[in-house]
Amino acid sequence: MNLLELQRRMASAIMAPLGAGDRITRAAGAEAGEIITPNDRLTAAERVEIYAKSYWYRLLDALYDDFPGLRAILGVRGFDKLSRAYLAELPSESFTLRNLGSRLPEWLARHPEHAGRNPALALDMVRLEWAHVVAFDGAAEEVLGPEDLLELTPQMTFRLQPYVTLLALEYPVDDLHLRVSELAEGRGGASNAVMRHRERRAVTRFSLKREAVYLAVHRMNDSVYFRRMNAGEFQLLDALRGGLALSEAIDSVFGASDLPLDELRGKLEEWFRGWAQYGWFCPPGGKS
Amino acid sequence: MPANRFNGNSAYGIGVGLRIPHYRHIFEHKPPVGWFEIISENFMVDAGRPLSVLDRILERYRVVQHGVAMYFGSAEPLNREHLSRLKKLVKRTKTPWLTDHLCWGSVDGRYTHDLLPMPYTFEAAELTASKIREARDFLEVPIAVENVSSYAEFHVSEMTEWQFLNEVVERADCGILLDVNNIYVSSRNHSFDPFEYLNAVPTERVAQIHIAGHSKFEKYILDTHDHPVIDPVWKLYDHAIRRIGATPTLLEWDDRIPSFDEVHAEALKAAKYLPAPAAVAP
Repeated sequence: MNLLELQRRMASAIMAPLGAGDRITRAAGAEAGEIITPNDRLTAAERVEIYAKSYWYRLLDALYDDFPGLRAILGVRGFDKLSRAYLAELPSESFTLRNLGSRLPEWLARHPEHAGRNPALALDMVRLEWAHVVAFDGAAEEVLGPEDLLELTPQMTFRLQPYVTLLALEYPVDDLHLRVSELAEGRGGASNAVMRHRERRAVTRFSLKREAVYLAVHRMNDSVYFRRMNAGEFQLLDALRGGLALSEAIDSVFGASDLPLDELRGKLEEWFRGWAQYGWFCPPGGKS
Repeated sequence: MPANRFNGNSAYGIGVGLRIPHYRHIFEHKPPVGWFEIISENFMVDAGRPLSVLDRILERYRVVQHGVAMYFGSAEPLNREHLSRLKKLVKRTKTPWLTDHLCWGSVDGRYTHDLLPMPYTFEAAELTASKIREARDFLEVPIAVENVSSYAEFHVSEMTEWQFLNEVVERADCGILLDVNNIYVSSRNHSFDPFEYLNAVPTERVAQIHIAGHSKFEKYILDTHDHPVIDPVWKLYDHAIRRIGATPTLLEWDDRIPSFDEVHAEALKAAKYLPAPAAVAP
């Protein structure tokens, strides 16, 4: 057996979903016996089980930390079930646990059976919480400041900073997230330490009343913020992010509006001033 | 041997692993610490708070990078994105040497995020050594590999763990991050004499030493980094220092992390075994 084959078989035994009582399954145990030696205290399966538990607990803990709001909506048990199903279908493909939840919003949209009694609420929250991860340490590019935006022309295009995410939500999950978040200072990978399952704190399960919320998840001075916007401001910013030139973006949002021109101009000036002060714009033609 | 080509000829003394719960204390009290070891992957991000924190640490302290995801022993090629990000970080920290583990952890592009034990075969030794050489050439910094604690052994192994370590470091011409706690943990799990292991280590290649605590269970020991260093591990450390000489030493504490002062005091116990100058903070 060459190295690649051995590693495939070991990984398969470790990454297979755990069985009842978080023991490795009989099939995984049999695979372990093919490649691992027993000792005078542990069978081959028991030795591999140490690694299997460490694998699952480490990854479950990472999701547990990154999605406190989703956990509050689904409850500890529901969230644990979701996490195990997600990891079984989409194992990590990144060297960093930072990216572990990157595919969770899309996965949950395809698996409403794991989204609890109100899938729309859960989906809003998971999108918000992944946006939080992006805002925490996502790339930042050169900023177009207020001085760069003194003279706007109809043909101008803009790009948003890669760490800014715009979200049109059906529920005010930003409020809920702030209530349940433990506001950890960030992720901290450990060196060579075996993971044991951390104690799961009971959480109060929350439900929310439906309310349209337009949100920018962004970063200022290394802290993540949720900034609410009204529908017009959001739609215009979203259109600009989509690549429309300024005049096209304004037309797409306000083309059918009966808003007086002066009032519209005032709004636009106010919005652009705010966006520029937040440093959300970067020069067109950049990396993203 | 306080300084050698595997640690950038750096005579560092006793260091502490930089951990998030200690940030505030460090920034407020600015404790004199010989050096900090950072987990590279925690800072291989594009921007944001992790890098701001790191820059503040770098203003005052010496930093050495310790990685957990290079997986030199994985059969698949090195991850180019990982290497590129790591090189960017190396330039930022100016780490005099860089460490990662003698292990594997990914296969077919899927990551376990664990430090899995190697099969001790000549095939694995050659592949691992070639990847270490490739990484060193790309990163342009000395590399030292750490012996991991382990809980399983493979049928296919052709040699002992320490023979495998020697095979790899000789073929790669790289350094060793000697983790004496890991030797202790593995010696208990696999019933070998830890002193036999230590005596087989090529002293001229040891760039750094790790010490840490662990957890005992009925049938095995887990390397949990959540306790003080126990006496048998200090004895191994003492033996290692007698063989190798003063060596940069780092205490790891990763779970149930106590106050910074408590962790630092635990690390400084190593001074008892080191020749005096090596234990002095800058």
